[in-house]
Amino acid sequence: MAVLFGGVACLALAGGVGVIASRRPVHSVLALLLVLGSLAVDYLLLDAQFIAVLQLIIYAGAIVVLFVFVIMLLHARSGEVARVPAVLPPAAAIPVCAVFGLMLLVVLTGAAIAPAAVGPAFGTVQEVGRALFSRFLLPFEAASIVLLIGMIGAVVLGKRLPPSPPDAGRPAEGPGEGRSKRRVELR
Amino acid sequence: MLTTILVDAIRSAVILGGVLTAFAYVTLLERRLLARFQLRIGPNRVGPLGLLQPLADGIKLIFKESFIPAQADRLVYVVAPIITVVAALFVYAVIPIGPPVRLFGREVPLYVADVNVGILLVLAASSIGVYGIILSGWASDSKYSLLGALRSSAQVISYELALGLAVLAVVMMANSLSLVDIVRAQAHGWFITTQPVAFLVFLVAGLAETNRAPFDLPEAEQELIGGYQTEYGGFTFAMFYLGEYVGVITMGALSATLFFGGWQGPGLPPVLWFLVKVFAMVFLFIWIRATLPRLRYDQLMGLGWKVLVPVGLINLAVTAVVLVWRGGAV
Repeated sequence: MAVLFGGVACLALAGGVGVIASRRPVHSVLALLLVLGSLAVDYLLLDAQFIAVLQLIIYAGAIVVLFVFVIMLLHARSGEVARVPAVLPPAAAIPVCAVFGLMLLVVLTGAAIAPAAVGPAFGTVQEVGRALFSRFLLPFEAASIVLLIGMIGAVVLGKRLPPSPPDAGRPAEGPGEGRSKRRVELR
Repeated sequence: MLTTILVDAIRSAVILGGVLTAFAYVTLLERRLLARFQLRIGPNRVGPLGLLQPLADGIKLIFKESFIPAQADRLVYVVAPIITVVAALFVYAVIPIGPPVRLFGREVPLYVADVNVGILLVLAASSIGVYGIILSGWASDSKYSLLGALRSSAQVISYELALGLAVLAVVMMANSLSLVDIVRAQAHGWFITTQPVAFLVFLVAGLAETNRAPFDLPEAEQELIGGYQTEYGGFTFAMFYLGEYVGVITMGALSATLFFGGWQGPGLPPVLWFLVKVFAMVFLFIWIRATLPRLRYDQLMGLGWKVLVPVGLINLAVTAVVLVWRGGAV
């Protein structure tokens, strides 16, 4: 277990370094994939099979695919170097290091606390589902509404304006005018 | 402990070897069957009945020069086919090919792992497989590859949704995500009889997921040369083909497991039943390829989003209502 965790943790760290050190965006995304995959194995080691698979399906399978799509379409001419400076200015580095040190301190001192015991059903789909639909019902439904708003927003943004419906609300606007106006806005 | 690891290793090796052999012979089967459908004879010169043809093909591809396009992103170019193969083979860890058997005085289950999220693992592997397509198309730095990759990944991502909806209906019937439990739940009637709509959605989505005809737009030769794998040759080319054909076998194995009772059946030994069902599905896939013309791209996306997804959702809702009404689940 400990050996496996060590290996996976090293992989995750290597991936994390890769994300910020790669010169090409696609390599960064691949490194991010490595981080997410290692985290999934970590969840498995914690007996959370369901969460591990969800990690793969949602993060690796959906979200990072979107990243790749965006990078491919924006940087189709293979490998533009990122414009952001690779090294942070010292003024920014000091607080970041301080926060990291604080986190490290908390984790290291907290390691003495014994981990909570869990039942054999821990991490199974049934348990997660029961928790979601009883104890966490309100947050769960709230999250679904937030996601729905996001989806509606995407549909509205992606929708082309109708070519020429003589809309009652905007009688003055001629056919096609709405579209050309939108083009200008997009620029 | 050590014996358990050894048994696991042997079991994995046997299943892996079996899948790879099946892959080799499905390519031959497809060529022979397509030839028959088109009133030709097909490859029959290498060995008796052409049975050594896959071997000859493999040797030829291994000894071909492996080149990398000058402008390609070398790392990504090499990693992409590996992702495809790993994602394709990974699935077989959870597909049960038979009930536990007694071998050398110990109980040996005929699957590598019975995890309680088995079917989700299969879906996860197929969503990881998308990376092989996107990255290979992008890394080749060729417009045909890029266009093929865009088409293909859009297709795979869209149809994954329909596939998931069809699978969910079965999961609700079986009350479990474990493939072994799903097979056991079909002891008194296969799910094809109670979930025919889900099976149809699954079949169409499965064809699209594996980029098979009539949904083989990513490889539409007339428009895109070879799609995302245009710039791959030699062994890397073989790896993409491995991914595709193993995907076909996977879809066969999944339909057998989810809808046709897995290893269950009268008379024959369980493993044989499973293989017969998988073979029947693979044959159906090849038959469809020989029969149907390719869809146009917008028709393909329209079919996915405007027909399969709504049908899948309605089927899911009806299944839920019926299950609750009959007091079967909850």
